[in-house]
Amino acid sequence: MVLKGKSVFGGIAIGRLAVYKKKDTQVKRIKIADKKAEIERFVSARETAKEQLARLYEKALKEVGEVNAMIFEVHQMMLDDMDYNESISNMIQTQEVNAEFAVASASDNFSKMFAAMEDEYMKERAADVKDISNRVISILQGTVDGTAIGEEPVILLADDLAPSETVQLDKSKVLSFVTQYGSTNSHTAILARTMNIPALIGIDLNNADEMNGKWGIVDGYHGTLYVDPDIETLSKYEKMKEEEEHKKRLLLELKGKENVTLDGRKIHLYANIGSVADVANVLANDADGIGLFRSEFLYLESQNYPTEEAQFAAYKTVAENMAGKKVIIRTLDIGADKQVDYFDMEKEENPAMGYRAIRICLDRKEIFKTQLRAIYRASYYGTISIMFPMIISVKEVKQIKEMIAEVKAELDEEGLPYKDVETGIMIETPAAVLISDLLAKEVDFFSIGTNDLTQYTLAIDRQNPKLDDIYDAHHEAILRMLKIVVDNGHKEGCWVGICGELGADTTLTETFLKMGFDELSVSPSMVLKVRDKIRNLNLSERDV
Amino acid sequence: MKEFKYIIKDKEGIHARPAGLLVKAAAVFPCTVTICKGEKEVDAKRIFGVMGLGAKCGEEITIKADGEKEEEAIKELSKFLEENL
Repeated sequence: MVLKGKSVFGGIAIGRLAVYKKKDTQVKRIKIADKKAEIERFVSARETAKEQLARLYEKALKEVGEVNAMIFEVHQMMLDDMDYNESISNMIQTQEVNAEFAVASASDNFSKMFAAMEDEYMKERAADVKDISNRVISILQGTVDGTAIGEEPVILLADDLAPSETVQLDKSKVLSFVTQYGSTNSHTAILARTMNIPALIGIDLNNADEMNGKWGIVDGYHGTLYVDPDIETLSKYEKMKEEEEHKKRLLLELKGKENVTLDGRKIHLYANIGSVADVANVLANDADGIGLFRSEFLYLESQNYPTEEAQFAAYKTVAENMAGKKVIIRTLDIGADKQVDYFDMEKEENPAMGYRAIRICLDRKEIFKTQLRAIYRASYYGTISIMFPMIISVKEVKQIKEMIAEVKAELDEEGLPYKDVETGIMIETPAAVLISDLLAKEVDFFSIGTNDLTQYTLAIDRQNPKLDDIYDAHHEAILRMLKIVVDNGHKEGCWVGICGELGADTTLTETFLKMGFDELSVSPSMVLKVRDKIRNLNLSERDV
Repeated sequence: MKEFKYIIKDKEGIHARPAGLLVKAAAVFPCTVTICKGEKEVDAKRIFGVMGLGAKCGEEITIKADGEKEEEAIKELSKFLEENL
């Protein structure tokens, strides 16, 4: 079977197909009549969970050794913990609720206990509590375990994946993403580019269950998915894949080389990341720094507002791992397509133009302040810059600067160390472009977020796949805007960069250099490709 | 009741794995076994409690055993701590 869709990232993947089933964590509170029977239901589900864990332990013991397998034994012991069990049976007894609800409540309480601990290691144990509890709940509900990803890396088939789902995936087990919905600029697409793996959208997955477990080939160059391919096709693609890897090795030879054109024009080439783990990829691809650290992943990954300590630890780790290289942290940018439950945001008709990013931060200052404090504290451990998303006015920048002054005064008073932090703003609204001369007087740098800027300038919703065909990233209006921003920035001594997807578009690299851009920040996997392009350009050659 | 003090030497402290082993070691004795760190006192047979202590390297804990076979419990657990933590 051959299915056609649209490619969001090139490359070839060959492997088994696996369907991603959304985990139904919706637990309803139901009043029950027979308390004794309900407790028995829980006990029997718990025993089944322990049997599953015992099997996992045996499997892990053979494959990864005793030390690593031990976690499954610890999980079994957690299920036997008397405090945990008493809390569940008490709840069923006294409140007459269903077992699912009682387990979910105990899970919440015990995971909160761990999350509140000071020790970073213990904080993460909150995930273990949720893990064992979800296992019991799945058994009670009779649903299959969520991800369906086993030990072997797979081609993942899904309707669409939310950012909160993709962050929880074991990415070393994913060869490719294939989704039915989503657009070329959706988060799954961006993630695929970060991971440097092929991804397809718009593939008809209505019969996905029949494909589950079969062999598949993803052709990220032609937007094609082959299910159960014949030997000929398979060998053809295996050959292509080999050639591709050869090319990748060649690119690796560019590591350690400067980003300089044949006629000596240099530019900074940074990488975009979305989590602490991505730093490894940044270093492996030899980027000069991190041009966009999307801090919202910290918020998407947790069940509640991340604490100052948790954020501080994450920023500090990144700053330290980058060993003095620049790390530009973008403050919280949620809203629009990135929603977080605990923010309790009202549903909006038009979220892309709604309550999001800096608008939330300047309204709910306590959230913003926690983040600013964490970033300033981490600045002591490396070279951190900070930038603010969705700016439309000078007034916003002034408000932000007041808050920064407050934060610094607090840290001074508490005797906590911090360094000078370069401040900049994202230019991603047409308003910011047009007043970039005024904004430049307030900050040290501009970074253009081309994805949002294009969506707002062309009035095209980037989540709407129907509009992908008219979404022209090279639109003359966008190119003119880029030039306005570079010129206005330079007049006031700001450096100017691009951190949107467009920055990695090698058909425009020459244009960007000619416009005078100082920096490009791209997916880690694109760094060497852009470097190769830069090193083969000669800007002094006359245009033909 | 018998008790003894111990200073954690494992650089990761009582993390999940040794906590699991400790609970297993304590569970075989009929007497009550508790662990104290500062003000906190937890049941050594309950893993969430033991992990919840958050005992780190260099910190002192006190193991108390009370009831049947308390002496053997103290002896076994002291050996366990020396070997594992």
